[in-house]
Amino acid sequence: MKKSWAGYLFLAPAALHLFVFALLPIGYALFLSVFKWDVLKPNKPFIGAKNYVDTLTDSAFWNAMWNSTKFALVSVPAGLAVALFVAVLVTQRLRGMAFFRTVFYIPAVSSGVAISILWIYIYLPTSGLIASLIQMLNAGIAKANQLLHISLSLLPTDIDFLNDKAWALWALAFMSIWTGLGPRMVLFSAGLLGIPRPLYEAAELDGASRWQCFKQITLPMLTPTTFFVLITSTIGAFQLFTPVYMMTQGNPEDSTRVIGYHIYEEAWSRFHVGLASAQSFVLMVPLFFIALMQERFMRRRLEGFSIQ
Amino acid sequence: MKLFRALGSYLLLSALAAFLAAPFVWMLLVSLHPSKAPIPTIERVVPTRFEEGHKVFDPHFENYKTVLFDSGLPVPIFLLNTVFVTACTVCLVLLFTSMAAYGLTRLRFAGRETFFRMFWLSMMFVGPVLQIPVYLIVRSLGWLDSYYALIVPGASSAFCVFLLRQFFIQIPFDIDEAARLDGASEFRIYWKLILPLAKPALATVAAFTFIATWTDFFWPLLATNSLYMRTLEVGLSVFKNSYGGNNWPMQMAATVIVMVPVLAVFLYAQRYFVRGIILGSTK
Repeated sequence: MKKSWAGYLFLAPAALHLFVFALLPIGYALFLSVFKWDVLKPNKPFIGAKNYVDTLTDSAFWNAMWNSTKFALVSVPAGLAVALFVAVLVTQRLRGMAFFRTVFYIPAVSSGVAISILWIYIYLPTSGLIASLIQMLNAGIAKANQLLHISLSLLPTDIDFLNDKAWALWALAFMSIWTGLGPRMVLFSAGLLGIPRPLYEAAELDGASRWQCFKQITLPMLTPTTFFVLITSTIGAFQLFTPVYMMTQGNPEDSTRVIGYHIYEEAWSRFHVGLASAQSFVLMVPLFFIALMQERFMRRRLEGFSIQ
Repeated sequence: MKLFRALGSYLLLSALAAFLAAPFVWMLLVSLHPSKAPIPTIERVVPTRFEEGHKVFDPHFENYKTVLFDSGLPVPIFLLNTVFVTACTVCLVLLFTSMAAYGLTRLRFAGRETFFRMFWLSMMFVGPVLQIPVYLIVRSLGWLDSYYALIVPGASSAFCVFLLRQFFIQIPFDIDEAARLDGASEFRIYWKLILPLAKPALATVAAFTFIATWTDFFWPLLATNSLYMRTLEVGLSVFKNSYGGNNWPMQMAATVIVMVPVLAVFLYAQRYFVRGIILGSTK
């Protein structure tokens, strides 16, 4: 009996916090979403499902959802592939790998605002880091043209990546591969180190090539890790906010108006709090479904382990 | 063949490292250019001046002094706010989440599993849904634009409870059973036995919380209004839109000032990060 209240006492602060800042807000958001709740207006009438109907029929909302989907479809697979490649490299038994792991992790712990400011420069036309590199490349091409009497065309240096509708979203996706590399690499590294070595030794005896080993052993054995990284990265991609706020504000022509930024503006620039709540619930449906899939998968994997 | 492969790996890794580090090196170098200098091209990125016909290295360290004290923004206050908020948050998270993990693993009471499931479930609630109601709750508590608003909503974390629970489960149960037979109180067992054994996991939680709080942008942006309550991260965005403007050397100096403390903590505590990420993935 004595132990029982001790348990509640130990749990109390965290549980109270959970209630006030996670469970209550979810209920509160659901409540807000059925009112025409405008911060600036005193009367907040009940309007039932109207916010949801408005959300589902709003082309700006779907444009933002589609932008986020495009962003996720490009940045997540590319980010995963790069991270897996890097993880394979840094888990080799070579000297100095700890140094490289540290360097690769640094962007992930840097401040989002600082990183955004940095990448504004990187993407500047003519004088930015990328434009400078292209200029150096062009100098090389010009020299080659002269020496070999050929006429390779020079690359453009005046692309304004963040203000060009065709580039802006992909510029943000490229940047996210860079910032997201660290944690993904660590997870893949852990997965790779967990694969029993005898598997590879046996395959080598059978004369398998390295690529065959990778396809037949590494990839299948890594499935749980890959799945985990895929899910968390997808959820993260749909929550993109700071780079958009700092670098493009959704421009040009709403091409980088992703859903996280759209909801922020709806609530805090246009003060449509009820509508923004409804929008965030519509966003949460697929994300919650994805997270649930992850839980199912992880549980099955744990059960698999306990049977062995 | 083996040597060839190793050489190839090093080349690839170095190229990748250069790609990742180049922006940071550029940031440092530009921050040392004279104030209001135009963005340097890559050949001129190292700050130099001519002296008797020779190029000499000419770093303008005074940029840092200007940003800290003469930018028209209370940068030292931003720094103090960030340090204070981060320190309080880390301490509270360590205390609250370790207590919860102790209760969830070491003590028996009705509804324990339900509590654990609620922590686990809440990890799936995503930022955009919570931001509005949390803001309104903090407002109705009268905490907007105060340290309470900056600290209390982050004072516990379901993720950290989860992480510590995973670790506490691995600590042998004989240890506390023996102490309990000797008549030790639960608080004593928690404080004197379990916490010292859980140091690596606590360090992981501390490291994560430090970085997350120090670099948080969205919440301090919403929850504070007056200049004197801003944190470094929000201050940097204010700086960019005011004094920093198109003054790239100053902007980069400010960026360096914001990033150095986080980088220092990361380099000091990096093995705890690695462990934390791996613990977090084995659900």
